[in-house]
Amino acid sequence: MSEIMVKDKEISVPGETLAVGMDVLPGSGTYRDGERIAANRLGLVAIDGRTIKLIPLSGRYYPKMGDTIICKVIDVSFSGWRLDTNAAYSAMLSMKDATSEFIQRGANLTQYYDLGDYIVCKIVNVTSQKLIDVTMKGPGLRKLKGGRIIEVNTNKVPRIIGKMGSMVMMIKDATKCNIVVGQNGLIWIDGEPANELLAIQTIKKIEKESHTSGLTDKIKEYLEKNNKH
Amino acid sequence: MTYKHRIDGRGFDETRPIEAKVGVIKRADGSAMFKIGNTWAYAAVYGPRNLHPKFLQDPQRGILRCNYNMMPFSSSGERVRPGGSRRSKEISLVTQKALLPVLNLEEYPNSVVDVFIELPQTEAGSRCAGICAASMALADAGLEMKDLVCAVSVGKVADKLLVDLDYSEESYPDVSVADIPIAMMPNSGKITLLQMDGEVKKEELMKVLAMGKKALLDIYEIQKKALKEKYHGVEE
Repeated sequence: MSEIMVKDKEISVPGETLAVGMDVLPGSGTYRDGERIAANRLGLVAIDGRTIKLIPLSGRYYPKMGDTIICKVIDVSFSGWRLDTNAAYSAMLSMKDATSEFIQRGANLTQYYDLGDYIVCKIVNVTSQKLIDVTMKGPGLRKLKGGRIIEVNTNKVPRIIGKMGSMVMMIKDATKCNIVVGQNGLIWIDGEPANELLAIQTIKKIEKESHTSGLTDKIKEYLEKNNKH
Repeated sequence: MTYKHRIDGRGFDETRPIEAKVGVIKRADGSAMFKIGNTWAYAAVYGPRNLHPKFLQDPQRGILRCNYNMMPFSSSGERVRPGGSRRSKEISLVTQKALLPVLNLEEYPNSVVDVFIELPQTEAGSRCAGICAASMALADAGLEMKDLVCAVSVGKVADKLLVDLDYSEESYPDVSVADIPIAMMPNSGKITLLQMDGEVKKEELMKVLAMGKKALLDIYEIQKKALKEKYHGVEE
């Protein structure tokens, strides 16, 4: 009979024994070493029936197909743009994925996206060598004008977005700011300067207290208290 | 000539007091501090990130780059000359080799994980303190690791086998001294670093390694506690 050595939602460090026995299955972030299942990274234990997995708490962004991310244009080439993704690898935006407009042969590509511009784009493909292809075709994918960019822990992004976008909607309504949250941990905020600051403080608060329960209510209260309108 | 008591009064199998903390450098992707007696090590991990110059890139896996540095004012005697030296280069290399067996960087081809180990004050055992700090920092950076790495130095002063030599023991006058830094993966018990300065007999080496192993498991508990403390309250 197998034995699970850890409790659900406990923190586990690399190498720690999570369970012993063959009828427990190792999920993501864990590995099997003979009889025992051990942690493969630092994370939060999640026990689901007979599988044990670890939810990551730290670490940089790891590019995934289908993610909507915020990128910065770092280079312009013959056939497209090179983008900084806030990960270990840069992404390529090719001309045909950039816009629905017709781009003349030999046109100056900087008139579409110039160096230093921030854009919202979607990852269409990631190869084994981590070459990333992104597209601008899709709802909400665009160049970001004005506003400001902040950086948060990518593992906290789901909390900032909330269930079905409830958390970010709440901040948007309270601060009357436009907010775009990228899966890669970059967040764009545009609005009145004072409101932008409030939005940033709120997001930082969510990032810091992301583990506590009843966070939505806490943030709601915080927004009401600090909102001067 | 015999060595009856340790100069600072601890037992022969005892380490100096240890203190560990994770997340000490906010801008880094992962960081940790490890203090053992008067030897203090700070480690900061950055990455995985883009690697330049390009010829260093490995298309099969990410590489680990360690940098060990003693600060100019860190030693108890003379000022340490700032910048790299033959010694620091060697220690950077053995640190990297001690940490690589636990890391899996296959998911990060062509990239690099940088580890910077800074020592603001040292009194022997600095490479071991550096390895302990670095392994915690790597875990804090969320990298895939199959185990932590713990390190301590063991050795022999005159006829006594002991754990965690301090500087006064390492440089004990007029007797033979052996200094053996070891690093180990605590869960599998495999050794990732074993160096020796001095002479010991084979039986003594086996004996002193067993003593070291015991101390390493205590260090492992301290590392584990420090890592869990940073994320304390996340469980809920």
